[in-house]
Amino acid sequence: MLDATWSRRTVLRGLLTAGAAVGAGSMLSACGMRGTRQSPDSCRSTDESADDPRLTISNWPLYIDVDENDESRRPTLDAFVASTGIDVTYQEDVNDNNEFFGKVRNQLSACQPVDRDIMVLTDWMAARMIRLGWVQKLDRSALPNVEANLLDSLRGRSWDPGTDYAVPWQTGLAGIAYNGTVAKEVRTVEELLTRPDLHGKVTCLSEMRDTMGLIMLSMGHDPADFTEDQFDEALTTLQVAVDSGQIRRFTGNDYAQELARGDIAACVGWSGDVIQLNFTDENIRFVTPESGVMLWSDNMQVPNRATHRANAQEWINYYYEPAVAAELAAYVNYICPVQGAQAEMEKIDPELAANPLIFPDESVLSTAKVFMALNEAQERIFEQKFQQVIGA
Amino acid sequence: MTAAVGAAAGAATPGGPPPVPVEAVAGRRRRRLTPYLLLLPGGLWLLLFFVVPSVQLAGTSLYDRSGSLETGYSQTFAFVNYLDAIGAYWPHLLRSAGYAGIATVICLVLGYPLAYAIAHKAGRWRTLLLVCVIAPFFTTFLVRTLAWKSILSDNGPVVGVLRAVPFVPDDFRLLATPAAVVCGLVYNFLPFMVLPLYASLERLDGRLLEAAGDLYAKPVTTFRWVTLPLSMPGVVAGTLLTFIPAAGDYINAELLGTPNQYMVGNVIDSAFLVRLDYPQAAALSFLLMATILVMVLSYVRAAGTEEVV
Repeated sequence: MLDATWSRRTVLRGLLTAGAAVGAGSMLSACGMRGTRQSPDSCRSTDESADDPRLTISNWPLYIDVDENDESRRPTLDAFVASTGIDVTYQEDVNDNNEFFGKVRNQLSACQPVDRDIMVLTDWMAARMIRLGWVQKLDRSALPNVEANLLDSLRGRSWDPGTDYAVPWQTGLAGIAYNGTVAKEVRTVEELLTRPDLHGKVTCLSEMRDTMGLIMLSMGHDPADFTEDQFDEALTTLQVAVDSGQIRRFTGNDYAQELARGDIAACVGWSGDVIQLNFTDENIRFVTPESGVMLWSDNMQVPNRATHRANAQEWINYYYEPAVAAELAAYVNYICPVQGAQAEMEKIDPELAANPLIFPDESVLSTAKVFMALNEAQERIFEQKFQQVIGA
Repeated sequence: MTAAVGAAAGAATPGGPPPVPVEAVAGRRRRRLTPYLLLLPGGLWLLLFFVVPSVQLAGTSLYDRSGSLETGYSQTFAFVNYLDAIGAYWPHLLRSAGYAGIATVICLVLGYPLAYAIAHKAGRWRTLLLVCVIAPFFTTFLVRTLAWKSILSDNGPVVGVLRAVPFVPDDFRLLATPAAVVCGLVYNFLPFMVLPLYASLERLDGRLLEAAGDLYAKPVTTFRWVTLPLSMPGVVAGTLLTFIPAAGDYINAELLGTPNQYMVGNVIDSAFLVRLDYPQAAALSFLLMATILVMVLSYVRAAGTEEVV
């Protein structure tokens, strides 16, 4: 007869007490938030690679070669599995750096595993991962191919000078793209931001480093080493273009369809996208302004607590064999970060080997800049100012 | 019957009214408890997924904004965060309310005749028409909005036709204007308006309309004094279901608009994911909730239909 002791009041009181308890609990957790920095030296798990031939990779979609006749086959990956016996779980679950950061933030800040051995993130996010101490240091002696074949312009990047924490998977340029059916050639950033016939038909990337880097280059400043005043000066130029209605909006990857349709005439865009558009419509062109272009990479990193670092290093080293890199580049059409791949590409597809957007020549690479490493405070200030101008 | 129950029954009665049979007492108690037990799953759900997150959100919105992800945040009950957020983003809050309000009115104007026609004039096409209203939901929100990008595109059919109209300038465009954002909102939320309207109009008793006619009421008068009041629950439910999600939407503004059309949802998205300014993101979320709550409460009070809310 337990029920007989329950009255309406006790039930209500019970529920309220439970509610208050949970409420108080969450109030406690709302009392502040601890810092999220970790140390990769203490926050790690033992490497089980030797006994456990497995490897889990998170990469961006459409970023690995797929067999033309059988979409379930990935030639370079399959060859890796066959030659090493490592069972690879390849996930295409990185769609956006910020989104992915949101996905792994809670685990990595609490020193918990994210069940991935390699994640591929763009420069600035990779730099943030290093700054937060969320990624493991790589063993350079296990990466002889990287040592030998990494492009010179990708060595000694300010946020990872010794290439100890991040190795480029693919690289690309941020420059100007235009649709020749709608507009005359656009040669410079000034033209993009001021030419009257482009008014309202221009987009820029919402990726701060690409858009601001190009503008700073056009003003003669060095995106790899600039002052806050120089940044502000470039931002004013952008603000003027936004206010006048020259710039229609700021985009992620989605500018590609609009450029192809002719809704926008010219934009700040990425070389890899423009190559793809160029295959179907040769009026869509990529321009590397004389003042310089931005060079970005997506980088392979091994997160803390990943248990297959040795396997991961084997994978990284494998993709730095020129023949493998060429096969991959022939499919994904981004800039190949591997020296010697161009010679290998001659055997696969001579036309692609001559494409300056996959194998840029020295004159382009010498003007290409990697955006300066920012500390957290700088990143916040610059991002805040930039977001204000782009309207969010 | 056990001794314990007998004792309990006996203890309740000395000198009082005649004893109530024990089973009836237990049965009544159980019946009294039933509603609470039925409420329990929903209550727990609300507690876990609404109350707790709201408290945390409120807590986060009062963090010291000089903290950061790396160094952590301390709780300083910084109510100034709200002032800062309003000061910096009041246009976005106003725009959200404005766009959502306009979209809701257009939805009502479009949806009412549609729901009425389906309920009373469609005959055997009724089911098919209802399916047509719901059918867009079979594809995702994102794809539907992207489709509108092609429809409203500068070289698309709509703009092409409009440009042919005299007095419309040649560089006229729809994409990247407030009109495009409102169009997207109307399209995406129209079914939320039509379905509740249909539900309440469908129950409308035709004999009441006949009676009004017998009393020499003109159609307009009948609508004003019979149809509309009887469908008010549908109108209120429909406007709420349209306005609330529309005010918090950011996909339409992002895909169909420009920075000048960004709504408060876009700001929250950027504060949380890009700028990593968690206190401000939380403060703006709370402001959005509060704004909507105030608007909805005053609306419901004015509309005066207690039975729907």
